[in-house]
Amino acid sequence: MKILVSFKSVPDPNDVAVAGAAVSTPKSVINSFDEIAIEEALRIRERGEATEIVGVTIGVSAVDEQIRSALAMGVDRAIRVDDSRALDPYAVARILGAVVKKEAPHVVIMGKQAVDDDSNQVGQMLAGLLGWPQATFVSKIEFLDNKTRARCTRETDAGLEVIEVNLPAIITTDLRLNEPRYVSLPGLIKARRKPIEVLTCDQLGVTVRPLTTVLSIARPPKRPAGTRVESVEELIMKLRQEAKVL
Amino acid sequence: MAESLILIEHDRQQVKRPSLHAITLAQQLGGNYALLVVGHGLDGIAASLVSYGASAVVVADDPALAEPLADRYAMVIAEAARRLGAKTILGTSSTFSKDVLPRAAALLDAPMVTDVIAIEKMDGSISYRRPINAGSMFANVKVEGDRRVLTVRATAFEPPAANAAPCPISHFDFDAASLPNGMQFISREERRSDRPDLTEARVVVSGGRPLKDKETFERLVGRLADALGGAIGATRAAVDAGMAPNDYQIGQTGKIIAPELYIALGISGAIQHLAGIKDSRIIVAINKDPDAPIFQMATYALVGDLYQIVPQLIESIRRA
Ligand SMILES: Cc1cc2nc3c(=O)[nH]c(=O)nc-3n(C[C@H](O)[C@H](O)[C@H](O)COP(=O)(O)OP(=O)(O)OC[C@H]3O[C@@H](n4cnc5c(N)ncnc54)[C@H](O)[C@@H]3O)c2cc1C
Repeated sequence: MKILVSFKSVPDPNDVAVAGAAVSTPKSVINSFDEIAIEEALRIRERGEATEIVGVTIGVSAVDEQIRSALAMGVDRAIRVDDSRALDPYAVARILGAVVKKEAPHVVIMGKQAVDDDSNQVGQMLAGLLGWPQATFVSKIEFLDNKTRARCTRETDAGLEVIEVNLPAIITTDLRLNEPRYVSLPGLIKARRKPIEVLTCDQLGVTVRPLTTVLSIARPPKRPAGTRVESVEELIMKLRQEAKVL
Repeated sequence: MAESLILIEHDRQQVKRPSLHAITLAQQLGGNYALLVVGHGLDGIAASLVSYGASAVVVADDPALAEPLADRYAMVIAEAARRLGAKTILGTSSTFSKDVLPRAAALLDAPMVTDVIAIEKMDGSISYRRPINAGSMFANVKVEGDRRVLTVRATAFEPPAANAAPCPISHFDFDAASLPNGMQFISREERRSDRPDLTEARVVVSGGRPLKDKETFERLVGRLADALGGAIGATRAAVDAGMAPNDYQIGQTGKIIAPELYIALGISGAIQHLAGIKDSRIIVAINKDPDAPIFQMATYALVGDLYQIVPQLIESIRRA
């Protein structure tokens, strides 16, 4: 079984600033949900259910650092689609769709959302474009029937749901699926020898134009500073008389 | 014909109220709007929707749609949008809409904007405001093309009034045999609770990692919530430790709430958690670490051990 994992390079969530219509960051990292997707692919391979894990990301050469981290975690080889534009989720889904057609994996695993734009769209859009089944917000994956189907537990607003999807399918990961491993030193050394293939949209035969443009980004107004209370009595009094919520 | 088409969410028995808030955004956008319900056995649900000022309630009812499988639902939604000529397809920001609507957007070859909290009209064009980076920033987004899909954050829009003259209910005919067959529903595990729904509650009490286990969580967070007639929430750490089910999770990747009163017990205030509570009117934080980040957002801060403070709180609320 061949697994394709896609990952996005995002600003380190602990260190972001606003700069015009973009966020700026001293450091980029792999989107945490995508890290969970990579970890899951590795575990599936470790269980002997997968033979190859291919990583894919879109961006300019600066994202090679995140690609190296993915390779160091254990991804076998990587594809970078070279594109410098601010792509919206639909454009990303279309580019990934072209990569999926080229690579023909049995399953695509990716994070349920990117922690920078918080859109939560790409996996579902990709599944729609390919006409593949999808399992989103997944916290457990099992392969059945000689890997022709996957049984997935999904986290929903009301609790948990179990569905089965025929393969090939798109699976998007939730937090509880696993705990990603740390990159080891031998992993990092090995990663240097692993291939990164650079492709363009032209080479993939896909023309996309982002239809969504960010006009501006701003910090929301700060909440007014709060009050320190010294006791339960004082808290109750404030909630009654000042806030009038009791 | 309808300018906007609103996907209404239900639990097979009744409409999920937060999904109605998308109607308010459709009204702000202008033009007429139709409501779409998808599922099976929907007569009662459809009838409850006729007074919201829509041009029609469109019902896609079929045994093949009994469970919300994204491949089928997305196809029905996309087909309905095409047939009605809808330019804007809307839903609420729930796990249901987030599962099916992006897929429908792809089928419609349309871009999507998630979590809209406001719109801005300028020189005839519209931009959408939405939170990004765990709600630490707002982006203003413009969309091109003649069709778009939006999900709205329910807490940012008022519930619509149900006082219009009843509109017609129309049955959406489609060929159920042509729907995809690649996904199967197996089972569902939902808790039924007597407590108010988290996203609609006036008071929410929530607990974090130091609540230790399920029993302690229920004894402290649960009882305080009951004393206040409120709902229960939790941090991801509490969910991961098995103290609370995943649907209690509040935050960037959990539920977004906007109660009158939010009480945080033993919660550090990670940015991912704060993302879900920013719109609470009053925030009370109880934490033994005076430097916990939650205190920067709290209206009232009480430094101390929750194991001592919470029983006292329950006691004084009960006495009153
Ligand atoms: C991609 C991603 C998405 C995430 N999404 C979410 C999300 O949606 N929601 C969410 O909540 N988290 C989310 N998280 C996790 C988040 O980053 C934090 O780890 C989590 O919110 C911490 O939970 P906590 O405050 O319960 O635990 P901790 O951070 O461990 O804090 C416990 C607090 O309790 C205090 N305390 C300890 N003992 C006592 C006592 N006896 N009395 C009083 N106070 C005490 C401590 O001082 C501390 O401040 C996400 C993380 C990632 C990486």
